[in-house]
Formats: sequence, structure tokens, C-alpha cells
Amino acid sequence: MSLFKMTASTLAITAISATAAAARDNVQIAGSSTVLPYASIIAEVFGENSDFPTPVVESGGSSAGLKRFCEGVGENTIDIANASRQIKDTELVACAENGVTDIVEVRIGYDGIVFASDINGNGFAFTPSDWYAALAAEMPIDGAMVTNTNMDWAEVNADFASQPIMAFIPGTKHGTREVFEEKVLLQGCEDSGAFEAMVDMGMSEDDAEGACMAVRTDGLSVDIDGDYTETLARIEADTNGIGVFGLAFYENNTSKLQVATMNDVVPTTQSIAAGDYPVSRPLYFYLKAAHVGVIPGLQEFAGFFVADELAGPDGPLAAYGLVSDPELADTQAAVANLTLMGN
Amino acid sequence: MSTSKHGSLLTLDARTKKRNAAEKRFRAYGLGAIVIAVAALAMLLISIIANGASSFRQTYISFPVTISAEEIEAAESSLLKTGAYNKIIQTGLLAYLTERDLLQDTPEADAFGMISGEAGSTFRQFILANPDAAGTTFQLDLLANGRIDGYYKGRVTAETAALDKNVTPAQLELADRLAADGALVKQFNWDFFTNPDASDQRPEAAGLGVAILGSLYMMAVVLCLALPIGVAASIYLEEFARKNWITDVIEVNIANLAAVPSIVYGILGLAIFINFAEFNQSSPLVGGLVLTLMTLPTIIISTRASLKSIPPSIRDAALGVGASKMQSVFHHVLPLASPGILTGTIIGLAQALGETAPLLLIGMVAFVKEYPAAYTADAGLFGEASTALPVQVFNWTQRSDPAFVERASGAIITLLIFLLIMNALAIFLRKKFERRW
Repeated sequence: MSLFKMTASTLAITAISATAAAARDNVQIAGSSTVLPYASIIAEVFGENSDFPTPVVESGGSSAGLKRFCEGVGENTIDIANASRQIKDTELVACAENGVTDIVEVRIGYDGIVFASDINGNGFAFTPSDWYAALAAEMPIDGAMVTNTNMDWAEVNADFASQPIMAFIPGTKHGTREVFEEKVLLQGCEDSGAFEAMVDMGMSEDDAEGACMAVRTDGLSVDIDGDYTETLARIEADTNGIGVFGLAFYENNTSKLQVATMNDVVPTTQSIAAGDYPVSRPLYFYLKAAHVGVIPGLQEFAGFFVADELAGPDGPLAAYGLVSDPELADTQAAVANLTLMGN
Repeated sequence: MSTSKHGSLLTLDARTKKRNAAEKRFRAYGLGAIVIAVAALAMLLISIIANGASSFRQTYISFPVTISAEEIEAAESSLLKTGAYNKIIQTGLLAYLTERDLLQDTPEADAFGMISGEAGSTFRQFILANPDAAGTTFQLDLLANGRIDGYYKGRVTAETAALDKNVTPAQLELADRLAADGALVKQFNWDFFTNPDASDQRPEAAGLGVAILGSLYMMAVVLCLALPIGVAASIYLEEFARKNWITDVIEVNIANLAAVPSIVYGILGLAIFINFAEFNQSSPLVGGLVLTLMTLPTIIISTRASLKSIPPSIRDAALGVGASKMQSVFHHVLPLASPGILTGTIIGLAQALGETAPLLLIGMVAFVKEYPAAYTADAGLFGEASTALPVQVFNWTQRSDPAFVERASGAIITLLIFLLIMNALAIFLRKKFERRW
């Protein structure tokens, strides 16, 4: 009979814990894997320096994080969504449908996207046009779209050393891919005159843009759906490879990677902050204002995140590779006043 | 005598030779298969141990620090308290280096950079625990920065340091002088098993404390739920249920469930335990429940097999002396079957301990710094956020600092040791209590 008693009591304990489970006293965060390291650095410092428990930070991607953010209001939903892009209108609509209407948008700084290759290989000084010529699926030549035949970097730009084209670019589920397409491929397409040629051929502007951003599928460009550690492993295995990385990842692996310049600008936190390096994007987090006062420490955490000591140019985030926002003071005021989106 | 149709037993005819050769070939294939399996295992173990063994030792820097009551008060009233404590540590380090004439021409910033970012927090915890320390001088054992630690583990060399933005060759030279002076030592890294995770900037402080605790809680939930439910289900199916098409359908389904990919249980857990039952995300309770679902088929199958192996004569004898059906099961069959049940349960638990996929979906792949309490009034039983050993490995392999590769391999070694202990226990129990009929 003891077996039955044990079963009954364990099931009873589960039932009791079920009724009790709900309340939590820590901030819960989810979202972009690019923002994750910054959020965990701040979470750690926040836990050490305040009386509140250390927030729990999950990754999973900007879209997944914002989807969970928009699931509703209540202790069973996350308080903050990290995003490496701005929230979309469709996501705002989904949020509003579930009662998440009071959202505070916080821009924490900028992230640079860099092109890096094996430390012992050739160095490169790219322009966006080089990348377009190397990775486009089809290019307009003499009034017709022709499959890209460039197999070597020397064919792309006579100044480059001869090295087979092998690019490791972020997969389509990454926010980084969007930035790469818009700021590198599309830019290169326009700079090289290919965009104009396509429009002259009778393509609509939208179709031409799509053609500009279509990446070749013959194996010379590989989509990396994992994270930057996978890109690095691929470059270590194939030293001809050139990978797309976040600036912070490169800064932590400078003994293995050499970075390429873009338009003759070396990517550093300074050159990105000054706007000289072209490929960068803002990073955000979104805060559920309805949770302020319900979840202890939520507003204090957000304030901590954008404090000068942490997010400023001399803080730990900048040391890790975040380009600090020149308009940080406005962001600090928005967090202090809980300025909602749309107001 | 002419050769008969059957020939002599001493001379091998062509067909016997062929059969013997076939047997020899088969043995060679078998041996080859074993060699390949062992080589694969050896490669795995060698690469993990080569990468991870160094995580069990850690570099510390030890020097005297003085702090006054006013300095403590000033530090406690600032926004970045640990930053203020860091300044005091730096003053102490500089005084020590000057006194021992170790600094030489190393830039001061380089010397400060050798101390882990964790130091300010370590120091603050020490001061809060020992308020009497104000105004006195005491020896502090602080973690060295991950790159300096890497230098003593062969990960960083003077060559790579010249290229690395996070360490300079001057720092490595200073580290050598400190080591010669006895201030820099490598010790066994207990913190690796007790510390919680640390952020990307402090790989040297990252530990498995939260992950081990979370895995332990989940195993407790699995044991308390899967064992009684699994055993009760098996006893009913094996001893009481009538054999008809319904029990056949149930049997086929249990066997089928045992082969369902584990991620499916994660999806189920997200829908039922988090979205419907509203249990806390990232909590060991939800993790344990999901793993219970996953382990149940394994336990039911092994329990039924061990119940089946008890000869019917035991049941008949019990019934013959007047025992009820239930008495015969609980007094005779179940005790005899228990070694097999325990073995099956332990193997099921070991499988659950190493499972990652379902935990990805219920929010356990997270940065968790607070030790989860087993019970709190707010969060309920096992309701506080935690991680688990296999997801901690997954988490660390995604970090950008190369020092986390070592940590991840160290975590794999730890996980393998736990699995080895559990499987050895299962074999021990089987050998010790098993009865052959």
C-alpha cells in the first residue's frame, strides 16, 4: 500500500505547487542572441550592485523574443524583449491584440558588422560593390541577367590577391542578414550601377531590389544558421573563407581573425560611433510598462542598462564591443519617465 | 581404401574450408566493428579531456589590500559599488607591485587588467560578511583574468597576445614575475562546481553550481513521479489487466512513445505546463515534468520486462497458500522484480540527465545567476529559474570568448562522470540482487 500512498502524495505535492507557482521576484528577459551578452553583463552587475535578484536572460532570436513579449501581460510572460532590429508594425498589432499596449522602446547602442578572415591569410579592403559582385546570384550584363561567374576574389577586384570566393554569411533567421543585405549587397548593387541597369532593362524597382539582394546558391556562399562560433569554426577549417561577424565577437577573437576594411574604414567602436564605418545597426530592448511596479526591480534594471557608467563609452559594454549611443541622455530620460512608444 | 563420399575428418574438404573461412571473416568483421566503436569513443574522450581537463584548475592572484570604514561607506553609496571596490583592489595591487619591484615598465592599466572583473564582487561579498575588516590589511585571493589563466593553460602565448586586443605581452611578463614571487598560483578549481554562470566578460568565474542544482531538482521530480506512476502502470498491465485488443493498443503505443524524439515532449511541456497550467518558465518543476513524460515509457518497458521474468510458480505458490492477487504481487513478485526495476529507472534517469532538446523550449537555456531554492512561498516547489548541465554546455559553446570552450568541455566531463556513476550503480545493483531462475 505504501506505493499507492507515495504516488498519491507526490501527485498531491505537484498539485499544491501548481497552485502556488505563478509569482516571481526576478526580471525575465528573452530575445536576440546579439543582445544576449550585453544583457547578461548588465544582469550580472545589477545583481551584484542592487538588492534585487539577478534577472534571467534567455536568447532565441529577436523574432522569437518579441513573439513571447507580445503573448500578454502577467507574471507568466516576459518583462523585456531584446531585439537587434526595431519592432515591426505587425508585431505591435499582435501585442495590442493581447493587451500589451504600453511598451517602452530603449535603444542601447549600435552593433558593427564586420568581415573577417583567417589571421594568416590575405588581407582585404572591401567596398560594398565587391561583395555584390562576389555574392549576387545574377548580374545584368549587356541588357540581360546573367548567372554570376566570379569564382575568385581577383576576378571581382583586380586589386585583390587571388583567393577562391568562399563566404560564410548569417542565415535568413538572423537579424544580421537583413542588415548585410541592405547595407552591403543593395548598396553595392546601387554603387556599381547594376541597379540602374536592371531598371533600364524594364524591371520594376522592387524586383530590381530583390535581384540585388538575391545571394548565389552555387555553394560559394554558405548560410550559417548557428552563431558566430560556428562561422569561426568554418573559417578555421577552410582558411579561404571570409565570414560575417559582430564587432564584439571579432574583438574577442583578434588572435585568430583579421578584419577587412569597408570603404577604407577599419571597424572600431569609434569609427562606428562617428558614422564612418557603414555597416552597423542599432540594438534595442522593449520593456512592458504594465509590469513596472509588479515585478520588483524592472525599472531599476532598465535604468542600470542605460546608465553612463555601464552603457557609456568607458563602460563594460563598450569594452565588450558595443558602440555606445551618442544620444544616451535622451534614452536615460525615456527610461526614467517610462515614455511609451507612439507618444 | 579409396576416398569415400564423406572423406576423412582429419582432411578438410572444400566445403568445410569454405565454412571455416566464412567464420573467420565474420569474426574479423566483429572485431573491426568493435575497433571502430572504441576508436570513435576514444577520439571523443581524448578531444573533450584535452580541451576540458584544464578547467579544473584555475589561476589566482593573491596580495594584501587595505580598506578603511570611510572607503566602504563611499563604495556602498555609489551606483556601481563593485566598481568602487575595484578601485581599492587596484590601489592594493599597485602598492604590492611597487613594494616588491615587480611592476618595472608595465603600464598600470595593464596590471589592473590582469585581475578578473569578478574581483570587485568577491571583495564586496567579503567585506559584507566581515564588517570588522575595515581599517585592517588582509590577504585577498582573487581570480586572474581569463587570458592570464589561458597563458598558464597554453591557450594564450606571447605570439597570440601580440595580436589579441584583450591581453598584451607585457601582462604575460608581469604574470611570470608574479608567479616567480609566489603571488600568482594555480589551484584546484572548486568554484567551477559551486559558482553560478558568469557573463561573457568573466569566463574565469563561470561555474556549474546552478546547473548542477537544477539537474538535481529535475532528477528529484522525475524520480518521484516517473517511478511510482511507471511501476503502477506496469503492475496493472502485467498482472491485472485482461489481455485484449485494448491492452495491445496500449502496449504498441508505449513502445512507440519510447522512440518519440525528445523535442516533441518539449513542445508538449510548453503547451501544457507553461501556457495552460501556468507553471514558471525556466523552472526545474516544468523541466522535471517534461523529462518525466520522456522517461515514463523507458521505465514501464523495463519494469514490465522484469515482472515478466518472475516465474509463474512464485505467483501460483502465493495464491496456493491463500494470498490474494494483490498480496501475491506486493509481497512476492514486486520484491523479486525490484533489482530490474531499479536498473531500468536509473538508466531512464541517466537518459533524462543528459537530455537537452526539450529544455530548449521551456526556457531553461538562460543566463541564471541566482541559486534556485527548492521551495519558496512565491515560486512554489522547484519553481525558481535554473539551468541544467547539458543546456549549460550548449550555452557555453555559443559564447565568443575562447575560454568558454574549455569551460564547456569541463562541463561535459562533469556530466559524463555523473552518467558513469549512475550507470555503474545500475550494473552493480543488477549484479548484486539479480536472481536467475
